Amino acid sequence: MAVEVRVPTILRTYTGGEKSVTVDGDSVAAVIKDLDANYPGIGDRLLDDSGLRRFVNVYLNDEDVRFLQGLDTPVADKDAITILPAVAGG
Amino acid sequence: MRFDSLLDSVGRTPLVGLPRLSPSPDVRLWAKLEDRNPTGSIKDRAAVAMILQAEKDGLLTPGATLLEPTSGNTGISLAMVARQRGYRLVCVMPENTSRERTQLLEAWGATIVPSPAAGGSNEAVRVAKELHAENPDWVMLYQYGNAANAQAHYDTTGPELLADLPTITHFVAGLGTTGTLMGVGRFLREAKPDVSIVAAQPRYGELVYGLRNLDEGFVPELYDASVLTTRYSVGGRDALRRTRELLDVEGIFAGVSTGAILHAALAMAAKADAAGRQADIAFVVCDGGWKYLSTGAYEGTLDSAEEALDGQLWA
Repeated sequence: MAVEVRVPTILRTYTGGEKSVTVDGDSVAAVIKDLDANYPGIGDRLLDDSGLRRFVNVYLNDEDVRFLQGLDTPVADKDAITILPAVAGG
Repeated sequence: MRFDSLLDSVGRTPLVGLPRLSPSPDVRLWAKLEDRNPTGSIKDRAAVAMILQAEKDGLLTPGATLLEPTSGNTGISLAMVARQRGYRLVCVMPENTSRERTQLLEAWGATIVPSPAAGGSNEAVRVAKELHAENPDWVMLYQYGNAANAQAHYDTTGPELLADLPTITHFVAGLGTTGTLMGVGRFLREAKPDVSIVAAQPRYGELVYGLRNLDEGFVPELYDASVLTTRYSVGGRDALRRTRELLDVEGIFAGVSTGAILHAALAMAAKADAAGRQADIAFVVCDGGWKYLSTGAYEGTLDSAEEALDGQLWA
């Protein structure tokens, strides 16, 4: 299953500068696992023992996966995943 | 309507229906016109509440200096209130905000300390905390962690919405300090446990996320994820497209962050319509378009407007 993952600037050192990469996986967890297999080290920046790191937001087609099924959220062919650091507003 | 002073006139804003953007008579969209506040944004509510609470708590003495990190609207509101209550205001504001914000802050007498564009509001928070350490006698109300910010919406925005729209099923607002969503969300959930509380978070250009490290991210102290039903990330292009649609179709001249909120509200409306469910979806018009005219948001093609907005803090 081909899934597009948009990578934030600060993690592009892992993807050789690529803004967007295509990986496989049928859940958010599987996508991150395949991402880490292709770009070793990136998974550790996204996850800790309790799941997604506090300042990391992951969106499946623009919806925050924390409000879907978290890392278990199913992902379908041609879905897009966006990874973003948490920022302030106001 | 008569008020004793400008500060007394904050709130009680109109809720207007959007008959042309609503998908059907059973699924209706309602806009809460927060641009009708004294400085033209929803932030007047939080600014008044935070300053009055600080006075009550004895934190502010006559002639005190206030310090606040802000991308603009909160600073403008605080400047308006501070001037009337006899305080000085220093705002730390990212340099990639619209020119009008600087002009308005200065018009209301605030002093601006610019923070670097890269990193956006996160950097403004960092610089403000440094300044506060150097000037411990300044009072930082700190909108991101000040309970009076969310309380203002629990006490005013929430009850106004429920009174005007007792059949409300969804509330959609922007996620910045999280004050609006936390306050309105908690109030509505107590009255209507099944209500959906939906956050629209602006997704800026890459410059704004230029942090050195993921550990330097920022989550406001006020944020409590359990209040929200879901949260959308909305990019500049969708925000601009919806801002123009709101103007073209319903005649409402709103700022760009309102376009992002409308985008999420329309997604909720489409879901309800497809499922055959009745819905009354209220969303926030945070401010008018006046402060964004210089950004080119309302002229030219969507492509050129999107390009001009890239790297700007538009919400």
